[in-house]
Amino acid sequence: MSFVWTIAEQYEGRLRGVSFELLSRGRALADELGTKLASVVIGDGVPDDALQELIQRGADEVYSIQDPRLADFVSESYSRILSGLIRTYQPSIILAAATSSGRTLMPSVAIAVHAGLTADCTELSIEEGTGNLLQTRPAIGGNIMATIKTPDHRPQMATVRPKSSRPLPRDDHRTGRIIAVPVEDDMIDTRVVVRGYRRDDAEFENIEEADVIVAGGKGMKRGENFAMLRTMADSLDGVVGASRDAVDRGWIAYPHQVGLSGKTVSPRLYIAAGISGSIQHLAGIKTAETIVSVNTDPDAAIHKVADFGIVGDLFEVLPELQKRLDAKAKETH
Amino acid sequence: MNIVVPIKQVPETSNVKMDPEKGTMIRAGVESVINPLDLYAIESALRLREEHGGVVTAITMGPPPAATALRQAIAMGCDEGILVSDRKFGGADTWATSYTLAEAIRKLGAETGSERGAVDLVIAGERATDGDTAQVGPGIAAWLDLPLATYVAHITDVADGTMTVERLVEEGYQILSIPFPALITVVKESAAPRLPTLSGKKRSISQEIPVFSTENMDLDAASLGLKGSPTKVVKIATPKVTRGGELVTAGTEDEVVSAVDRLMAFLEEKDLV
Ligand SMILES: Cc1cc2nc3c(=O)[nH]c(=O)nc-3n(C[C@H](O)[C@H](O)[C@H](O)COP(=O)(O)OP(=O)(O)OC[C@H]3O[C@@H](n4cnc5c(N)ncnc54)[C@H](O)[C@@H]3O)c2cc1C
Ligand SMILES: Nc1ncnc2c1ncn2[C@@H]1O[C@H](COP(=O)(O)O)[C@@H](O)[C@H]1O
Repeated sequence: MSFVWTIAEQYEGRLRGVSFELLSRGRALADELGTKLASVVIGDGVPDDALQELIQRGADEVYSIQDPRLADFVSESYSRILSGLIRTYQPSIILAAATSSGRTLMPSVAIAVHAGLTADCTELSIEEGTGNLLQTRPAIGGNIMATIKTPDHRPQMATVRPKSSRPLPRDDHRTGRIIAVPVEDDMIDTRVVVRGYRRDDAEFENIEEADVIVAGGKGMKRGENFAMLRTMADSLDGVVGASRDAVDRGWIAYPHQVGLSGKTVSPRLYIAAGISGSIQHLAGIKTAETIVSVNTDPDAAIHKVADFGIVGDLFEVLPELQKRLDAKAKETH
Repeated sequence: MNIVVPIKQVPETSNVKMDPEKGTMIRAGVESVINPLDLYAIESALRLREEHGGVVTAITMGPPPAATALRQAIAMGCDEGILVSDRKFGGADTWATSYTLAEAIRKLGAETGSERGAVDLVIAGERATDGDTAQVGPGIAAWLDLPLATYVAHITDVADGTMTVERLVEEGYQILSIPFPALITVVKESAAPRLPTLSGKKRSISQEIPVFSTENMDLDAASLGLKGSPTKVVKIATPKVTRGGELVTAGTEDEVVSAVDRLMAFLEEKDLV
C-alpha cells in the first residue's frame, strides 16, 4: 500500500495548527494517487478527541505513539520511532512541518531510512506518468524556486513551510482508524535531557506561524516606538516583527527578527514600517500573502514588493491607521 | 576540547542586486564568502576554546577554491582547516553531503599522533544561505550517531562532559542537557562574530590545508556526489520579485487621511481587517 503520511506536532498534549495544514496537503496528494492518508502523532497526553480531529480534517488513519518520555521533542527518540514505523509500513510520501522540530527530525530520519528529503517546500504536486512527488521550494533567499523529486528512493519526504496551506474544514462525518503503537524501551534515547522552557521575554511569540505581522525597522527611530506596533498587532490579532537593524540596536529581541539571519515568515498580512527592504530582509517575506509598506523613501525596495505601499512618515500614517482599526473594533462590539 | 566547525562557501548576497525587469539576481562580480550563518558557529567554537582550551578545526566540502573559506576561518582564529574535495563529491545533495562530511569528521577524530584526538563537539551553522535547507548539520549527527541540538541560541554551561544549551523553538527557549560528543547548530543570537586579526591573516596564508578525498578516505562510492543523492533537481524557475502593487503618496495631512482610507478599503476587500 503506497500510503501518504503527515507528521502531526504536539506541545503539552495539544496538537499544533500546522498538523492540520499538512493534512490538507496530504489529502490532495493521496486523492490524486488514489491512496490512503495517515497521520503520525508522537508525544504524550494527546487526547482522543484531538486524534479524532486529525481524521475529521483529512486523515484515514492515525498512528498514535504516546509515552511520558516522548512529551518533549527529542530528535533521537522521535527519529528512532518514526524510522521504525517507516520500515514496517513503507509509506510512499511523508510530509512534516518545516518547524524547529520538523527540520531537526526529518534529516535524521532521511539518513536512517536512506530517503531523499526536500526542505521547506511551498508547493507539492504529483508528476504525470511517473506518480513521483514534485516538491517546489524557494532557495537563495527566495530568489529562485527549485523543483525537486526523488525518483529512486522511498519514502519521498518533504518538510512544508508553515502557513503555506490552509487546513480543511472539520467534517464530523469522516471516520477512520486510530492505531496505538506501543513504545519499547530501546526506542527512547536518554542522552539528551529536556530541562524545561524559558520564556522570560513576556512578549515571546512565534512569528513563523502568525497570520498578521506588524514589523518595524530602523525608521522606527527608538525602541519605545515599538509600543505603537504592539498596539496595532494586538488590534489585528497579530505579532510584532523587526528588521535586523532594529534587533541589533536592542529595540526588540532576536526571536522577532525577520529575514536571512532571522525567521522566514508566511503571514496573510505583513506590514513593514520604516524598513528599507534589503535583499536579506526580503528573503524572509517572499511567501507573505499581502505586503503593506510604509516608508518615506519613494524608491525604497520594500515598496517594489508591496501590494499596497504608502510613501509617507510612519509616525503620521500608523496613528491614523490605528484610529481606523480602533473605530472598526468599536463598531463590531 | 576538540571542536570541528563545518563551514560552507556561498555566493555573497549582501551586495546582490535584483534585476527589476527580469526578476533575476545580478550575479556578475559576486564574490564567495563563508556562509554568514556559519560565522556564528565559528565564533561559538572560538569562545569555547578560549574558556576550555582545545583545538578548533574548520572543515569544508567543495571545489579547491573553497580553501579560501578555510583560510578566512583560520584568520578569525581557527587552528586548522580541512578541505574535503574530489570530483566525485560534485552535485551532492544534503544526504550525500552529510555522509561525506561525517566520514571526514570520523577520519579527523581517528587520526593518531595529532594533538586533536577524538572530536568532542561539532558546531554547524543553522543553514546555508544558498541551499537554505538546514539539513546538513542534523544529517551529520545522524551519520555519526551524535546527540543533536539545533537552533542553539545560548550555551549556558559546560561541565562534567555535558553542556547545557537553549534552543530557540516555537514556544520559547527549550533548555537541554546534552553530553559530549555532540553536534549543535547555532543561530545568530549565539555570538557576534569577531573580525579576522592581522596575525591570523598572516598565519592563514602560510597554513597548510590538508585535502581529504576519495584517495585517502574509506568511502562507499555509491553514496557520493550526484549519483549518491536521492533528490534530483527537476527545474529552476525565477519568480517575479515585483508585485506591482499600488503606491500612494502621503505627504500632507490630507494625503495621509486619504492614503489610509484607501489602505483600509484594500484590507477590507482582502478580508484582512
Ligand atoms: C549576512 C547578513 C544577514 C542579514 N540578515 C538580515 C535579516 O535576517 N533581517 C534583516 O532585516 N536584515 C538582515 N541583514 C541586514 C540588511 O542588509 C539591512 O541592513 C537591514 O535589513 C536594514 O534594516 P532596516 O530596513 O530597518 O534599516 P534601513 O535600511 O536603514 O531602512 C530604514 C528605512 O526607514 C525609512 N524611514 C526612516 N524614517 C522613516 C519614517 N519616519 N517613516 C517611514 N519610513 C522611514 C527609510 O527611508 C529607510 O528606508 C543582513 C545582512 C547581512 C550581511
Ligand atoms: N559543503 C559543506 N561543507 C561544510 N559544511 C557544510 C556544507 N554544506 C553545509 N554545511 C554545514 O551545514 C550547515 C547547514 O547547511 P544546509 O543544510 O546546506 O543549509 C551549514 O551552515 C554548514 O555548517
